[in-house]
Amino acid sequence: MTENKVDVIIVGAGPAGSAAAITLARANKKVVLLERGDFAGSKNMFGGAIYEYPTNELYPTFKEEAPIERINKEHRYIINDDKSSVSVSYKSEKPSTSYTVLRAKWDKWCADRAVELGAYFSPQTTVREVLKKDGKVVGIRTDEEDFFADVVILADGVNSLLAKQLGMRRDIKDSEAAIGVKEVLKLPKEVIEQRFNLGENEGCVTEIIGSPMKSMMGLGFIYTNKESISVGIGVNLDELTKNKITPNELLNLFKETPAIAPLVKDGELLEYSAHLIPEGGFKAIPKLYDDGVMIVGDAAMLVNNVHFEGTNIAMLSGKLAAETAIEAIDANDFSKSMLSRYEQKLKNTSFYKDLKTYKDTVKTAHNNSESFFGYYPEKINEFFEIITQTGYIPKKSLFRRYIKNFIKERKYSSLFKDIVSFIKISIGIIK
Amino acid sequence: MAKSTDEKLSTVKSKPYTDSHLVPAVQDCRQCGEKACLYVCPAGVYEWNNDLQQLTVKFENCLECGACRIACSKHSLEWKYPNSDYGITYKLG
Ligand SMILES: Cc1cc2nc3c(=O)[nH]c(=O)nc-3n(C[C@H](O)[C@H](O)[C@H](O)COP(=O)(O)OP(=O)(O)OC[C@H]3O[C@@H](n4cnc5c(N)ncnc54)[C@H](O)[C@@H]3O)c2cc1C
Repeated sequence: MTENKVDVIIVGAGPAGSAAAITLARANKKVVLLERGDFAGSKNMFGGAIYEYPTNELYPTFKEEAPIERINKEHRYIINDDKSSVSVSYKSEKPSTSYTVLRAKWDKWCADRAVELGAYFSPQTTVREVLKKDGKVVGIRTDEEDFFADVVILADGVNSLLAKQLGMRRDIKDSEAAIGVKEVLKLPKEVIEQRFNLGENEGCVTEIIGSPMKSMMGLGFIYTNKESISVGIGVNLDELTKNKITPNELLNLFKETPAIAPLVKDGELLEYSAHLIPEGGFKAIPKLYDDGVMIVGDAAMLVNNVHFEGTNIAMLSGKLAAETAIEAIDANDFSKSMLSRYEQKLKNTSFYKDLKTYKDTVKTAHNNSESFFGYYPEKINEFFEIITQTGYIPKKSLFRRYIKNFIKERKYSSLFKDIVSFIKISIGIIK
Repeated sequence: MAKSTDEKLSTVKSKPYTDSHLVPAVQDCRQCGEKACLYVCPAGVYEWNNDLQQLTVKFENCLECGACRIACSKHSLEWKYPNSDYGITYKLG
């Protein structure tokens, strides 16, 4: 049992796993990072943007050396209807804190940094089982062999078959997961900068609600890369089954809406990809530790769906679990009471507090998806139609008709329900 | 022109294994009214074959996301990762 034994085994080389690996390697602990893909990042996709914090704490040279696509200067929000759209944009000259990346390049760069500092990386290694002895986690089993360690960190992502095997995580329901599908479209640099009104190396993040996912819990997104754009949607699984439509069909419809079509025009498809997003929020967070084991990142359902953030809390949870493992190794105590320090540390972070803040937001939005993603986006578009339209009907009558229709279309009961949900969300956020 | 799922999948590097890593329980599928797998899959892996009264599983198209595993409400799908060294490899992701 000794020859294959190290201090810590980490399963999964996504943002969470590599953050844990580099933290342990910095402390000179013997750490093995196992990844089922050909290289770190080869099975992964996201929107997406990574964030300055906590990236700079883990990889201090990332701004100069990492494969960053663009630095995000502008955030746009589009309320999309079939024939019109309303958009808001925020652009700032202040230093930016978010960067677009492509995961096959970014994840690899992060894992390489951990290896540089002494972590042992093994790709093409699928972990099939967590091994226990006397009730404690002592190692893992791959397709080929068994490995042993004092601590096992599960960073195996949203599906975490391993947390499930240990009984630490319950089955998630189709309403607690969304599928993201994305196309990376090649466009000349100049076209991207012109189309999105950007300077050299500057990026724009666009989030879209409404068409074609009217009355479905879903979001569209566009991120700008150096010489490509990432265009996709995320939609809850139960909505697809209910509406009998596939994610690819929705993505095609999305790209054809008048607000999106000119932004993606002439883009040549470089790669199509898909990945799940945990949507369960705060209430779906599983047991985070047990004797000899800790769970980090998406495997622990740690994603802030309201703000589209997952990599930051994945990295931070990986770092905190690694710091706890270091304390455990130094104290030679791998019991759950020792490893409970990981949860304590996590609870003190702003990310965890944010998850708590939004604990009902996603659920409330989902329960009211018809009004949140269908009816109101339509009404907001109608409002702007009145404001911008000139014709033979006086605006006053148009406004009156708008309000009258609003009351007529929306039964008092549903209007009341919407108001209550809105208040519930607002109170939930500020209390 | 909107691209079909198959056209899009041709952009993903993939090395399929000889056996399927996705195995539905044939009897359960026959009784399943919902058939969520037909809709949630981003890669069109599942098709219902009316003559045989069973699912056709194009596992070589699989993007390994796990949507079908979660959406199958009766848990009638045996779902595992393809063997190490097989499956998809994103170049961009
Ligand atoms: C469409 C979409 C858009 C998103 N946009 C953003 C965004 O813009 N910004 C943001 O911050 N977050 C975003 N997220 C969320 C973010 O991608 C995740 O929260 C983050 O990747 C979680 O990191 P992780 O390391 O926990 O898991 P993952 O990145 O999923 O990594 C898990 C790793 O474990 C490996 N693995 C799994 N099982 C095994 C096994 N048994 N054996 C060996 N290896 C295994 C996998 O191959 C993978 O490399 C998005 C997600 C999606 C799907």
